[in-house]
Amino acid sequence: MNNDGTLDRRDVAATLLREPDDLLVVCGLGAPSYDAAAAGDRPLNFYLWGAMGGAAMVGLGLALAQPRRRVLVLTGDGEMLMGLGSLATIAAVGPRNLGIAVLDNARFGETGSQRSHTALTTDLAAVAAACGWRATATARSMAEVEVLRTRLRQEPLFAVIRIAPEEKPRHLPPRDGGYLADRFRRRLGVAGSE
Amino acid sequence: MSSSNWQAQVFAALKAAGVTQVGYVPDAGHAQLIEAAHADADMQAVVLTTEEEGIALAAGAWLGGQRAVLLMQSSGVGNCINMLSLPVNCRMPFFALVTMRGEWAEFNPWQVPMGAATQAVLTAAGVHVRRAEHADDVADIVAASAALAFDSAVPVAVLLSQRLIGAKVFAR
Repeated sequence: MNNDGTLDRRDVAATLLREPDDLLVVCGLGAPSYDAAAAGDRPLNFYLWGAMGGAAMVGLGLALAQPRRRVLVLTGDGEMLMGLGSLATIAAVGPRNLGIAVLDNARFGETGSQRSHTALTTDLAAVAAACGWRATATARSMAEVEVLRTRLRQEPLFAVIRIAPEEKPRHLPPRDGGYLADRFRRRLGVAGSE
Repeated sequence: MSSSNWQAQVFAALKAAGVTQVGYVPDAGHAQLIEAAHADADMQAVVLTTEEEGIALAAGAWLGGQRAVLLMQSSGVGNCINMLSLPVNCRMPFFALVTMRGEWAEFNPWQVPMGAATQAVLTAAGVHVRRAEHADDVADIVAASAALAFDSAVPVAVLLSQRLIGAKVFAR
């Protein structure tokens, strides 16, 4: 099964995160975090540098805590595969304000581009649908990504975007977790209020 | 004091601590707490497929200005280890109530290894561990441990002993 996408991951991230306004963004570890940072670092981006498999659940906790804000989880296929169960957990809760975008290069890019399950047999959008996500999508063109940018800010959506396996220069966001959490909470206006 | 009393007091302690998100992997010892959380309009109870999801859930809750608790049994602690780097690195609170298996009249030998390792594993991963053995002080221990977690922004787990919970009885 050849699932190699053709889209440029930096173009995809720049499109999804264009004019972010007050979108709350959680980034899975590795290249999706670098992509988000390259699109423009901001306090309301929370980058995971570890905790693999946890990005979607961080998004759920945040979405439940901030029901009037939109939350976007931006992650990769390897990170999402490690947290497959969270697709069932999130679907069971059904938050209206949470979207997930998976940049799927069918590779474990950070460790030598070994093929992931999405290069072999797994369709993440189908997994999400089977878990109970009512809206799922797979994008293979920038026109489709543009549509996803709008939908991800309006509805609960699980989106897979087929990107090229090409590696990009690293654009490293801050990696001090205490700093990242503190600036996020301050910008959101919840520091000291909880 | 009846066993249902201490469980109601633990729930009241969580409410008093301002906890509004309750992630859980079910355990018989937490059954009353889970039911109470689902019935409370000010709480969101989230059933998890695996325990480490609850650590990420709690981190997201904290980022958004809410407080969470994770309910699990000792066998689930082993699933959590790497995810504990999240609250430790981000200097976030983390609060868990862990019902113990494998330590008191345990019938199932598969529960014994993780039960014996629970406290050491949590400590090694950077979690402050407290232990409740008696019905008359469990609520105080939970309240004080929640204050430690949320006010000092550190990871804390309270182990609820199997003697307190009551050993699971298997039909033979």
